[in-house]
Amino acid sequence: MGAGHSHKLYRHGHSVVHRLPAHCKLAAVFCFVLVVVSTPRTAMWAFALYAALLGAVAAAARVPAGFLAKRLLIEVPFVAFAVLLPFVAEGERVDVLGLSLSVNGLWGAWNVLAKGTLGVAASVLLAATTELREVLLGLQRLGLPSLLVQIAAFMLRYGEVITDEMRRMRLARLSRGFEARGVRHWGVLAKSAGALFIRSYERGERVHLAMLSRGYTGAMPVIDRITASRAQWSYALALPALALVVCVLGWTL
Amino acid sequence: MEGVTAPLSLEVSKLAFAYPDGHQALFGVDLALAAGERVALLGPNGAGKTTLVLHLNGILGGGHGTVRVAGLPVDRGNMAEIRRRVGIVFQDPDDQLFMPTVREDVAFGPANAGLRGAALEERVREALERVGMTAYADRPPHHLSFGQRRRVAVATVLAMRPEILVLDEPSSNLDPASRRELADILRSLDVTVLMVTHDLPYALELCPRAVILSEGVIAADAPTAELLADQELMASHRLELPFGFDPGSTRR
Repeated sequence: MGAGHSHKLYRHGHSVVHRLPAHCKLAAVFCFVLVVVSTPRTAMWAFALYAALLGAVAAAARVPAGFLAKRLLIEVPFVAFAVLLPFVAEGERVDVLGLSLSVNGLWGAWNVLAKGTLGVAASVLLAATTELREVLLGLQRLGLPSLLVQIAAFMLRYGEVITDEMRRMRLARLSRGFEARGVRHWGVLAKSAGALFIRSYERGERVHLAMLSRGYTGAMPVIDRITASRAQWSYALALPALALVVCVLGWTL
Repeated sequence: MEGVTAPLSLEVSKLAFAYPDGHQALFGVDLALAAGERVALLGPNGAGKTTLVLHLNGILGGGHGTVRVAGLPVDRGNMAEIRRRVGIVFQDPDDQLFMPTVREDVAFGPANAGLRGAALEERVREALERVGMTAYADRPPHHLSFGQRRRVAVATVLAMRPEILVLDEPSSNLDPASRRELADILRSLDVTVLMVTHDLPYALELCPRAVILSEGVIAADAPTAELLADQELMASHRLELPFGFDPGSTRR
């Protein structure tokens, strides 16, 4: 595929993981996350095993650890509140380095942090080995309503067009000596946002006309039908299957 | 006029249309294009050019008069076939190219017509070949240059094997090289072409015949060179040649 496809999360490659059909990978990641979140938080060793499993996938996909770590940073704002939990939660307290922390809160924070990180890592691996377009094809294949897939596909196609329009509007504002410095300037920004909305809406109408002109009747024709062999399915589902074994052990041991 | 015996690609007769808000855009348009003809549709802004174009494939309708494409009347019953026969290339290629990759976009029209598999692939390959964009089939449209996008937009309608190609301002925003490349492509096609444009030298270069649409009627219909040389006619319809351009000197 052309280099033009790449988005920031994608890492071009030809590994086994890259070559797996998108819908297998989507199903595998979804099941893996389900298994991870249903693991008891006290089974700490289970989470270490999950991380090892993801590490093996990353190695098979030839995704370097640094690449993965950098993209994991996206979860920071979401887990920030987990750090607060030990301070604000009720119940029994312990002293750590002179701070009084809630035991319940500590477990809660660990729970959010571990499960969140594993989920994000799995998603980052999926994104690193699958092109966005393939993700859409995969979702379609998995039976997501075609209207939702169409909306996502249009977001993908027109996101850049609209960002570009936004950039031009910003340049036009700057060129006429406008700089947003405070609340007093929010009015101008709001008007720009309104103008951008109307422009996008009108573009939507024009795109719809162009679609009608080429025989669109409400459903996108399925041009690329992706299929997976039994071997590909079993390869992709190896990850959640192994995770499930760990999870069951976590509950029983 | 020559080609009277040839079947007409497009036949518009007594077409009148008013928008729901009461604004009347067309007041009885008569226009006939023989198969294989290339005709420029000229006219000032607000003359009703876009309104006319949207009637050709039945997006607008319900007014007075008729439109026939290769003998088939434009009406609700045969809309799918009409939209296959009339290929409209819109002014902004970003409006026209809405699929994630060039290949899928070119396949969109023929796939809606029911084509699948190898036949579809072949149709896409052929259309991209005709505009010289085969190498870009797997690219997303927004990573192409403007000229390339315009060419792909032409391919998207060529893939439907249209009877008539309708181009809305095909030369707008193109640099001179892309403009010439597009002209070469249009000349190499054996379809009927109706070209809506303000670019009078481009009309002269590509279209032997031109019509002026003004205030909702066809005000003139003549060989392009003759029409552009008629200063009085041109001025009365707000049409102006670029500075220093003499239509007589470029006659071939």
